[in-house]
Amino acid sequence: MNSSKLKGNLCIAMLSFASLLRFLRICIFEHLKCCSLLGCKSYGTPEKKQSPDEKVFQEIKKSRNKRQKPMGWKCVDNCCWIVGYLCTTSWLLLFLLYIVPVSLPGLKGPEIPGARLKREGLVANHPVVLVPGIITGGLELWEGKPCAEPLFRKRLWGGWGSGFTDIFRRPVCWMDHLSLHYETGLDPPGIRVRPAPGLVAADYFAPGYFVWAILIENLAQIGYEDRNMYMAAYDWRLSFQNTEVRDRSLSRLKGQIEIMYATNGDKKVVVFPHSMGAVYFLHFLKWVELPAPVGGGGGSGWCAKYIKAIVNIGPTFLGVPKAFATILSAEGKDISLIRAMAAGLLESEFLGLQTIEHVMRVSRTWDSIVSLLPKGGETVWGNLDWSPEEGYNCESEEKRQLQALSKENNTRSSTDKSLFQVKHHKKYGRIISFGKEASEVVSSQLPTFSKDFMHSSTSANSSTSRGEFWTEYDDMSRENFQKIAENKVYTTTDLLDLLRYVAPKMMQRAEAHYSHGIAENLEDPKYNHHKYWSNPLETMLPDAPDMETYCMYGVGIPTERSYVYKMSPSDRRKGIPFRIDNSADGSDSCLRGGVYFVDGDESVPVLSSGFMCAKGWRGKTRFNPSGSATYVREYRHKPPSSMLEGRGLESAGHVDIMGNVALIEDVLRIAAGATGSELGGDRIHSDLLKMCNRVNVPL
Amino acid sequence: MSLIRRKNVPESSEAEIVDAEDDKKSKVPERKNRQWSCLDTCCWMVGCICVVWWLLLFSYNAMPASFPQFVTEAITGPLPDPPGVKVLKEGLKVKHPVVFVPGIVTAGLELWEGKDCTDGLFRKRLWGGTFGEVYKRPLCWMEHMILDNETGLDPPGVRVRPVTGLVAADYFAPGYFVWAVLIGNLARLGYEEKNMYMASYDWRLSFQNTEVRDQTLSRIKSNIELMVATSGGKKAVIIPHSMGVLYFLHFMKWVEAPAPMGGGGGPNWCAKHLKAVMNIGGPFLGVPKSVPGLFSAEVRDIAIIRAVAPGILDKDLFRFHMMLQHVMKVTRTWDSTMSMIPKGGDTIWGGLDWSPEEGYSPGKRDQNNNGTETPDNSEDENLISDAKHAHYGRIISFGKEAAIAAAAELKRIDFRDAVKGRNVANSSCRDVWTEYHDMGFGGINAVAEYKVYTADEILELLQFVAPKMMARGSAHFSYGIAENLDDPKYDHYKYWSNPLETKLPNAPDMEIFTLYGVGIPTERAYVYGLTNSAECAIPFQIDTSAHCADSCLAGGVYTVDGDETVPTLSAGYMCAKGWRGKTRFNPSGIKTYVREYDHAPPATLLEGRGTQSGAHVDIMGNFALIEDVLRVAAGATGEELGGDQIYSDILKWADRIKLDL
Repeated sequence: MNSSKLKGNLCIAMLSFASLLRFLRICIFEHLKCCSLLGCKSYGTPEKKQSPDEKVFQEIKKSRNKRQKPMGWKCVDNCCWIVGYLCTTSWLLLFLLYIVPVSLPGLKGPEIPGARLKREGLVANHPVVLVPGIITGGLELWEGKPCAEPLFRKRLWGGWGSGFTDIFRRPVCWMDHLSLHYETGLDPPGIRVRPAPGLVAADYFAPGYFVWAILIENLAQIGYEDRNMYMAAYDWRLSFQNTEVRDRSLSRLKGQIEIMYATNGDKKVVVFPHSMGAVYFLHFLKWVELPAPVGGGGGSGWCAKYIKAIVNIGPTFLGVPKAFATILSAEGKDISLIRAMAAGLLESEFLGLQTIEHVMRVSRTWDSIVSLLPKGGETVWGNLDWSPEEGYNCESEEKRQLQALSKENNTRSSTDKSLFQVKHHKKYGRIISFGKEASEVVSSQLPTFSKDFMHSSTSANSSTSRGEFWTEYDDMSRENFQKIAENKVYTTTDLLDLLRYVAPKMMQRAEAHYSHGIAENLEDPKYNHHKYWSNPLETMLPDAPDMETYCMYGVGIPTERSYVYKMSPSDRRKGIPFRIDNSADGSDSCLRGGVYFVDGDESVPVLSSGFMCAKGWRGKTRFNPSGSATYVREYRHKPPSSMLEGRGLESAGHVDIMGNVALIEDVLRIAAGATGSELGGDRIHSDLLKMCNRVNVPL
Repeated sequence: MSLIRRKNVPESSEAEIVDAEDDKKSKVPERKNRQWSCLDTCCWMVGCICVVWWLLLFSYNAMPASFPQFVTEAITGPLPDPPGVKVLKEGLKVKHPVVFVPGIVTAGLELWEGKDCTDGLFRKRLWGGTFGEVYKRPLCWMEHMILDNETGLDPPGVRVRPVTGLVAADYFAPGYFVWAVLIGNLARLGYEEKNMYMASYDWRLSFQNTEVRDQTLSRIKSNIELMVATSGGKKAVIIPHSMGVLYFLHFMKWVEAPAPMGGGGGPNWCAKHLKAVMNIGGPFLGVPKSVPGLFSAEVRDIAIIRAVAPGILDKDLFRFHMMLQHVMKVTRTWDSTMSMIPKGGDTIWGGLDWSPEEGYSPGKRDQNNNGTETPDNSEDENLISDAKHAHYGRIISFGKEAAIAAAAELKRIDFRDAVKGRNVANSSCRDVWTEYHDMGFGGINAVAEYKVYTADEILELLQFVAPKMMARGSAHFSYGIAENLDDPKYDHYKYWSNPLETKLPNAPDMEIFTLYGVGIPTERAYVYGLTNSAECAIPFQIDTSAHCADSCLAGGVYTVDGDETVPTLSAGYMCAKGWRGKTRFNPSGIKTYVREYDHAPPATLLEGRGTQSGAHVDIMGNFALIEDVLRVAAGATGEELGGDQIYSDILKWADRIKLDL
């Protein structure tokens, strides 16, 4: 089989070679011919001088005579000429770029904060651990199928280097290697994809797209280097406990923290988790102190001894509503936007693409996405009628002016309805509603459907043709989807049930690793199970009164909070039955393209990143029995003022915030030894405190 | 189809132009004529080349990945399985965690803090990788690679640090593997990042300074402990290469020494954590090559360049004449180069009249020129005398006569009391400071008059010509032989990397392997001459005109058996004799094994650097060596590998060395 494949490949190679030869022959042959007409003696250099004999010869062909030169000036030559011209110019430019002195005086960018703080006298003090989030960490191949042979130890995911180029060269092969085993959530047989180690694991996600690079550079300014800075790279596709089972990532993180503590003169470490890394590190905190078989065996004083501060950047403590949309229909705001603009593109069966289905199939094997589902149920995220963010004014300062005109028009034309809407708060608690009306009406007007069907078995018609891109949707019948859609609105609790209904195997696998509730009684021994460790509402912070916990995140960017869905057009048998209804637009900017927005950093709503630090852990609570200090630091978003700034020095986007000057300054000060109160304590721009007060979690 | 169209289109368009643009008749041909100028032809050519190039590139990329292999197999027959696959088929799999210790030069260094000229190079490689910066801003680069002359640590404002992780030394430059092949084969057994660790260190520093500045030794210790713990208590297999061998020797002593100077691991640390140390190409007793490196910043390769094109290196053109001085200025600040000065003095390396390798006939092993040369009549006597006395003990001789003369005939004038002149201190030479400028003509001549230097005298010579460097270096390294190893002075770290002045740890279950290539002529002794003293030049250089009939002396260099860099004696002696059984250097009787790999050059170009190479770095791609390493990593002992495997005369030579054991 292999040899026949080889032969086939060889044939293709020969064919391409043959075509190349033909091309060359055309070039030479044609050129020779034109030469003979032109009467040039050597090819390649058409001559201007003509010998007398040839002149005679040419005079015979009178009519053509004047056009000899144009004869040679053919389409191919034109192309060649243009290409040559472009090549030469680009080489010249490149050459110029290289010889230009590296630091032109005029071109200096603004001074980076690290340099300024260094002059202030800040020096590296505490060793630093960086914990990357989901998606941003690099993955490399250690063992694969034959199609991935040349990619050994190359990046499959992320990174400055080759990274994603192979998606385009062999997309199916690439997908095969990135997905995990559907039953176990570990490697599929014969494939080993492992996290890339070291600072390069997550300094750049793609060429030019920094994640940690700017922060690392600033830390280096005040004296950090490899020996006191560690990137805790882990395989972000796995459930947290599985990273330990398979790669020993937690043990290695523990070991590295101990090494750095010891080699830096017994200075405690400062940990900087980003995004999902915050939850991962929460898991670590619990794991490290528990005795050996389940935990790391560090003993009860471990965190107090080794950790000075945990500085969570854009943490996803209580989850993100976006995760629902990702699991349910593999789309977020971005994808539904693409769909709106080029309706056919994603669905087209042309070339057998079906991108979304592939993405869904792969991403549903990743347990870690389930860790991002909203936690705390309706108590935190709101129910049919109520949500903590209600009353949030979606119009940011600039947009208010822009939309003033259109708003006037609106109020005139469709008067009563919009007025009605303005009075009533957005029902953010309804995370998914089918149809725009369902997302707006008061709960008493909602048709009451029993949600019992979700507890019945799903084996309606298990389709026999489990094609290449099998998702659990294929096991369900159309009627079931209809029922789901008729149920109109779903809150977080309902949605978890829904997911268990539409993707039972995935949820069964993942819920062995994660829990999304609120603990009644934290002393209950069941909470020693690892599935509760990453949920801040079901686990206690370690007994480390001197440890500080920071929540640093951006605000001022509309962030997805709930969705308006519709059924997919039913002409296709397979595929994803639901999608975001991107035609649903509200009268103000809260609802756009089927998505309701609240304040946040574009990915994580303020409530999720801020609640624990602002309320859940503030003071001595049952989640924080030792009463360690917490600080909330918000950074207001300012889009980059000019192109030169790149992704902005004051951006608050979920990832871009890692280049935010104010955040970097805080980070450096903490690393150099400052405490939270020296930074200035809390810094809150949003309505976080108001929202927190509306959430009734017993503390 | 396309052919037809191409034929037709011009004609019809011509016709149209004729008809439609009759009025512009006069203009059109003129314009076209102008376009076919030289520039256009150039553009056309470039375009053609570009297009063809892109097409080739495209077809190359579209070519299935297995195609080259397919071609190779078609030409040479089926390739042998890579050792990883072979061993995997036998059912071996990942067992012991593995630690790599890279050698000098091969590991990458990156910039963490630099001067203004290094904008944009933050965390980029200064050493290893593409070396792009060397060409773009050589002086700036040099400024950052250099260390402080007094302390041997970072110069102020510059922080250059070793790259971490396996990438530190998997490839030295693109396509030039160091550890990559070995890593790839280990991965087939199931090894991955969690049970492989590259103990990268800054190879420019002295060994103890890597701990002082970067805590490298502590980190290696902790990482080994961590890997042993996370692999369920399985001991680690250490694979040092080249200078890494000495580094790890230092580490083993350091880790058990008590805390202020050592790592405080306690007397059983090695026994608890190490299964085997597999030294690849280890210069245990130093390499003679390091002497000319320090003495005149040249080795055979550079000497050959000089011989082939005598002008280039000395020409003002490209400022090349400064290059060697610059190189010397930089390398002399690297303490680590001094760790490889030959150790053991005359006892090991031979005196004026004898050397352990004497009687070695290169023809036997050197396949390339095995005695096919017909000796000239005129050099008959030379031939005879050479054959009798290849005085390898004379590591440096001034002039060929001094190299071959009998000891009694040598007239030597002691250089040690010579007064160094102060007259040559030329201000223009200041920027390429080497200590030669302090020596003056008197000193230089005195050095040359002493004629012949053996291993012991080399040390004195270096102390004479470069006192500051040697003062710095002798605080970190020692080159003698211990009289009494229990003397408390041997607790000082400067003795730890010298196998003749330190004891192996107390770990009877541990195994020590030395794996190295043989069958390649390796530099052993040099014939020097004086340069016609240009102002700032290095006053000595290898006399490339010194040849003799047999290939022992070629281009001013005497060669013996070895792996191109390390002579067999240095790589093999300790395991073959010094540590064999219970000796004073090996009180617990750790088992030692000598595994030699006979060099066979690659059969075809397709093989790249060969799968049977025995060269110092290329041996890391030698299938037989890799197989041995894999077996040990998967749990085999030295006995199971087959014990010793010796091709060279190492046992004979080792017996000639009179060393108390």
